[in-house]
Amino acid sequence: MNTTNALIASTDWSPLALSLKVAAVATVLALIAGVALGWVFARKKFFGASVLEAVFMLPLVLPPTVIGYAILVAAGRRSPLGAWLREHLDYTIIFSWHGAVVASAVVALPLVLKSASAAFSGVDRSLEAAASTLRQSPLSVFLRVTLPLAWPGILAGTLLAFARAMGEFGASLMVAGSIPKQTQTLSMAIYDAVQAGHDDLALLLVVVTSLLSITVLVLSSRFFSLR
Amino acid sequence: MRPFRLLSLVLALALPLAAAAQQITVSAAASLTDAFKEIGPRFEAAKAGATVRFNFAASGVLLQQIGQGAPVDVFASADQETMTRGVDQKLIDADTRRDFAANVLVLIAPAHGGPELRSLADLGRPEVRRIALGKIETVPVGRYTKQSLEAANLWTPLQPKFVQADSVRQVLDYVARGEVEAGFVYRTDAAIMGGKVKVALTAGGHTPVTYPVAVVSESRQKALAKEFAEYLQSPAAQDVLARYGFAKP
Repeated sequence: MNTTNALIASTDWSPLALSLKVAAVATVLALIAGVALGWVFARKKFFGASVLEAVFMLPLVLPPTVIGYAILVAAGRRSPLGAWLREHLDYTIIFSWHGAVVASAVVALPLVLKSASAAFSGVDRSLEAAASTLRQSPLSVFLRVTLPLAWPGILAGTLLAFARAMGEFGASLMVAGSIPKQTQTLSMAIYDAVQAGHDDLALLLVVVTSLLSITVLVLSSRFFSLR
Repeated sequence: MRPFRLLSLVLALALPLAAAAQQITVSAAASLTDAFKEIGPRFEAAKAGATVRFNFAASGVLLQQIGQGAPVDVFASADQETMTRGVDQKLIDADTRRDFAANVLVLIAPAHGGPELRSLADLGRPEVRRIALGKIETVPVGRYTKQSLEAANLWTPLQPKFVQADSVRQVLDYVARGEVEAGFVYRTDAAIMGGKVKVALTAGGHTPVTYPVAVVSESRQKALAKEFAEYLQSPAAQDVLARYGFAKP
């Protein structure tokens, strides 16, 4: 027990704080994009909608290395976007925690999108129609009728997205690297600890990560059952 | 006809078993990747029936795998420290240990648009944002880099710029892609990406870069493993190593 306490005391907890920060920001981004896209795919019928939806769902099934490579190609130094950002704004997401946020948001988006789309589809359209007859603007209908009705489903998906973002490893490692105290998240700290043979540290971090994830998943299932 | 078919089926199924009996797995430092991929077929040609499989990664990671019971027969490390750790942990047959190559630590920058670096101190300039080096704990080139920068009193001041990579080849990749302004690799790695990276200078102040090879204690193919380790000293293997820029130990 004493050795465990000593280990806990000597452990650098910055990866935990960073993981929470990265996952939180990534989840907010995924939430905004996911709700908007989910509404579009639930309500608007247009040519190629299902193909486009499949494209946004891809990060759920693609290997993280593909996501990481895609982000490097799209935003790396040699890409037009990366070169422009570097030249004009002196900014790059590579090797910064922002890179980990982008990677996590991309892999978390499908989870919000799918639950939001399902939640919007489940909203009774006659309630929206009734609100419209009461001289509510479309935005007001969305904010005062549609969104409150769809909210539990969206929130459940958002918690899942947060858990997924916490677990992101491969793409983040490729884009942000594993820089101690800067971009080293929990999952990367575990990887480094295993590689270096610090099995007790790895085990401690694994326990912390698992407890956090279980908490989030239990919360998520509560919200799913609320619907 | 029937019994023949059955027999040939049995033989076909048994063939991989026979081959596996003559197969060794060589865990080698990432910097040896290209040279060993060429030495492997030559060894197989010289030794009929033998098959060599390679497993390339940072030396520290390879030793860690061996310690966890990975079925490895030969270990080739990019530094003496990792090999000595293996000997101390009784994972390696100390009697079979031999140095077979040497290398040089160099500072590289992207060939196009990279900064002009004339000395290690130039790494402190503001246009050098990020410096890639191997992870200190598991990647030998990272430890050589640390020694070199410590000798120049630059290790501590440069620390905020460091990006630690999983192997020397990842450092090379970061520099070749231009995502970092500088990185420390071996001369042989820089030569492979000649068009994308340029060598700024040779870094001194570290223990000599020498490569030891040894047979793994738990190997089930010790005879063949020993033959491969010895083959690395042969003129044929040394020729290949020299062509990739390795020096004699």
